[in-house]
Amino acid sequence: MIRSILILCVLSLVVFKSHAGFETYEFTSVEGERRYAQLSRELRCPTCQNQNISDSDAPLAADLRRELHRMIESNQSDDQILDFMITRYGDFVHYRPRMAPETYFLWYGPIALMLIGLGVLLVVAKKRKRKQSATSGHSSVNAQPSLSEGLTEDERKRLQSLLQQDDQK
Amino acid sequence: MRKLLVSIPLVAFLGLGVFLFKGLFMDPRTLPSALIDKPFPEFSLPSLYNMDEELTQLDLQGEVALLNVWATWCPTCKEEHAQLNKIGLEEGVTIYGLNYKDDPELARQWLERYLDPYRKVIVDEEGYLGLDLGVYGAPETYILDKKGIIRYRHVGEVNESVWLHLRELMQTIEKEDA
Repeated sequence: MIRSILILCVLSLVVFKSHAGFETYEFTSVEGERRYAQLSRELRCPTCQNQNISDSDAPLAADLRRELHRMIESNQSDDQILDFMITRYGDFVHYRPRMAPETYFLWYGPIALMLIGLGVLLVVAKKRKRKQSATSGHSSVNAQPSLSEGLTEDERKRLQSLLQQDDQK
Repeated sequence: MRKLLVSIPLVAFLGLGVFLFKGLFMDPRTLPSALIDKPFPEFSLPSLYNMDEELTQLDLQGEVALLNVWATWCPTCKEEHAQLNKIGLEEGVTIYGLNYKDDPELARQWLERYLDPYRKVIVDEEGYLGLDLGVYGAPETYILDKKGIIRYRHVGEVNESVWLHLRELMQTIEKEDA
């Protein structure tokens, strides 16, 4: 019994490699290898949507890696390679969307929102400051003429005494 | 004026809410095709029925037609095959087949067993044409016009309701061409 449990334990340590394993590519230059590594991380696999083509073991990702290798070895520029991918699979395929009228909102939106926020903050702060400077230096009643407007002389006196009472506290 | 300013955050929030809510019901698997309204990519590949015969993009021109990307390893292709038979054999619509990353021998056996709705079948064993088309999962079905320009792409199974939609589109394109 113990023996068979031990055997089971040992067997459970054996890891079976379930997928075919990634192909290896030879590069004529170190630069090419670096570009391959970078681009294969930047390109998104269209089938398994949240993986890049270097992570994915989908057959389509393997095809795209093959094309990527071929294009790098034939000395095509990064832009040429990205154009090739985008004309086939659309902007979706690139994790770093290009600058185009339809992506302006994506690129400039956050900056625009931040500027708007800063603008609002400035306006609010300025208003508050103006109010404060208007209050200080004058008596509170004069600063807020609207409060005593339309009051009779008696009421105004009463209001003033109430307000001063408040100040003394 | 002040009221207007105060309501801006609410309006922005509601706008964003509608936008995100709509996103909940979108299928993340359907990608917009980059090839709509572009000519069918150039290719030169063997025909499944006669491997010595070279087919090119010119063979797909002349009439409004469907192009179906399929393979024997693709389970959904099997599911839609009866529908394709109906479209191609009963209704007489031209369907071109693109046998994608498949063994041609298995493909021939499959067509013998399940009937063959295709006018021509292109053999793309290495998936080069699939790559040029931006195929990311079989089955995919395209509508081509008379000049061989890609007008529409459907990813996934063609069932009766999809076919009704495709047929309507094909009829509209036919009228445009005439």
